[in-house]
Amino acid sequence: MSKESLFSKKNRKLLTDPLDDNNPITVQVLGICSALAITVQLEPAVVMALSVFFVLSVANVIVSLLRNLIPSRIRIIVQLVVIATLVILVDEVLKAFVYDVSKELSVFVGLIITNCIIMGRLEAFALGNTPGKAFLDGLGNAFGYGFILIVVAFFRELLGSGTLFGTQVIPLEWYIENGGFYANNGMMILPPMALITVGILIWIQRMKNRKLIESN
Amino acid sequence: MEELVNIFIKAVFIENMVFAYFLGMCSYLAISKTVETSVGMGGAVVFVLGITVPLNFLLETYVLQEGALSWLGENFNDVDLSFLSFIMFIAVIASMVQLVEMIIEKFSPALYGSLGLFLPLIAVNCAILGSSLFMQERAYVNITEATVFGLGSGSGFFLAIVGLAAIREKIRYSNVPGPLRGLGITYIITGLMGIAFMSFMGIKL
Repeated sequence: MSKESLFSKKNRKLLTDPLDDNNPITVQVLGICSALAITVQLEPAVVMALSVFFVLSVANVIVSLLRNLIPSRIRIIVQLVVIATLVILVDEVLKAFVYDVSKELSVFVGLIITNCIIMGRLEAFALGNTPGKAFLDGLGNAFGYGFILIVVAFFRELLGSGTLFGTQVIPLEWYIENGGFYANNGMMILPPMALITVGILIWIQRMKNRKLIESN
Repeated sequence: MEELVNIFIKAVFIENMVFAYFLGMCSYLAISKTVETSVGMGGAVVFVLGITVPLNFLLETYVLQEGALSWLGENFNDVDLSFLSFIMFIAVIASMVQLVEMIIEKFSPALYGSLGLFLPLIAVNCAILGSSLFMQERAYVNITEATVFGLGSGSGFFLAIVGLAAIREKIRYSNVPGPLRGLGITYIITGLMGIAFMSFMGIKL
């Protein structure tokens, strides 16, 4: 077997594909639940993206190392144990270093266990590839996921509460209540609008990237 | 009896897993292309929920809760294992799903083929773990209530996924703008269905 460098063209593709052509949220339909639940504000979205980034890349490497040892009948349980352990680790680290954000996120950190993006990548990629490739795949998918998360959270927080990272961005005197012209769209905070925002993102992405258009 | 009916109706309509809590979205969106596969997926979810929620209820009552281990003897009266509930619940769910996967593979290979990657993903369907956590949070008093709640939230998911699949089958004949076709319009339809289901939230049972 010839030695392949870590940054060969094929490996670079593993890293860049999930950003656009094979984005976990908009193309593979993985990890939607958390994308909808925590995108009301930017800060939890960023923390969530970082947590998933850690759990996904490490879980990918571990499962890929174990891939020849796991009997396929019980692979789901093994994968879940790996994921749950990493999630507990993330939870403890968040509690220790950013307690406020962790309190805000508490339930959702636990929900990383059931975030199907992690399970999906383990099933589809890590079980059949070497650790190095699995690591790149994990990085790429976590970036793709985080990117969509942050874009959705940006628009929902900006339009729904007029703030970014909790600081007021839209000047208060613009609001109708204060005699201005701007009406806040409270609807953006409700969960259904997260779906519609992602739908519109997909629309824009596929207008630019026409080969993703589905026949129906 | 009346209480049980209330729990069921509440779980199906008012606190619908998909529309009120947005749990179980991944499989919901990916498996809803045709009514036939969505019925299979919905059935599998109802089945898994009907088993795992009562099982987790027993686990919660006799093992995890504070003082739940008192049946082992006086010394165990103040043991509180509730911090383990996440990992215990997910272990029960994963093993049940593995069982269901084996059964479907054996008896209905066609259904197994069409559910594909998403059958193992029932284990990480957040609707399943979510139901067990809601069961824990709402403290149902006996196993009948827990079972009815499990079946109810499963039926809510069933209703939602079959409804979306029916709409998607119809929308095939509509002239949707190219880039919005498929996934994009599905998100938007789900959003609109969610807004419609919000009207159930006012009902008091």
